[in-house]
Amino acid sequence: MHEFSITESMLSLALEKANEASAGKITRINLVVGELSGVVSECVQFYFDFLAKDTIAGGAELAFETKPTTVRCHQCNNVFTPENGNWACPECRETGIEIVSGRECYMESIEVE
Amino acid sequence: MTVKVIKVGEDILGANEEKARANQNRLHSHGVLTVDIMSSPGAGKTSLIMATIKHMKDKASMAVIEGDVASSVDADKINEMGIPVVQINTAGGCHLDANMVEIALNDLPLENIELLFIENVGNLICPNAFALGEDKRVMISSLPEGDDKPYKYPAMFADSDVVLLNKIDLQPYLDFDIDGFKKIVTGLNPDVIFLPVSCKTGEGMDAWFDWLESAVKGKKK
Repeated sequence: MHEFSITESMLSLALEKANEASAGKITRINLVVGELSGVVSECVQFYFDFLAKDTIAGGAELAFETKPTTVRCHQCNNVFTPENGNWACPECRETGIEIVSGRECYMESIEVE
Repeated sequence: MTVKVIKVGEDILGANEEKARANQNRLHSHGVLTVDIMSSPGAGKTSLIMATIKHMKDKASMAVIEGDVASSVDADKINEMGIPVVQINTAGGCHLDANMVEIALNDLPLENIELLFIENVGNLICPNAFALGEDKRVMISSLPEGDDKPYKYPAMFADSDVVLLNKIDLQPYLDFDIDGFKKIVTGLNPDVIFLPVSCKTGEGMDAWFDWLESAVKGKKK
């Protein structure tokens, strides 16, 4: 359900940027979404089709670049992707980690005519 | 028509962040310590707030913003305790956002409040992604949920200032590894304050009250 508000924000940001550039139409919106952001791209697409319908972004293609979850071990600095819910470092077995990527949720660019 | 690429590079929830900062400034100008309480449904958000009100009523003036998908049962309970409360019904929405909080703040006597609790919608997936204007984020996890939750919802645990592990009175009946859980939580979030408590029996609650009282004092300066 949070995709609705995320889509609303995303659309208004895209419209604002297109307006600043005096663009007549938005053809594509490039988004970067991390695995940990809790954003389901199919869901965003569904709401987008509905919300953007009567705007200059109507019919625009949404392109999602998904960022995998990567974490860094505090102990040995090893950067790894947790497999099957196992967040302990595969090198040294320590559990102290920080999230490096996977939380992204931003608009990279828009393509306009 | 030529296609032009416009570089954006902005957070999609940037508008929410901006509104949250405005809320924070507004609350800050009145010296209000604002605490966002997040957890899954049934972990004990309302119980924690009620136990805290009971204990701190004479020490700090408090108010509550209650976020729920529907109903006002939680707000009614707070209201009965004589504390100002505003109910937000999100009508299906799974989190509170800064705009909803901004509107709720209009209905609270901010000049007379020292401590504001915002009880978020019960959910472990997204409330942490939406800043509200809070000073502190407090997350409640509880024994019946199981000790694997930090691995399933790491961002919630990583973003919290305090993690309360509630319902520790149920430990004899459940296979919950409290030490293992603490190790995972502090692994994800080395600065976190981890407090095992029982809102029901009061066990461990003094540590929570102490933390909160010193945070309220720190805000007043």
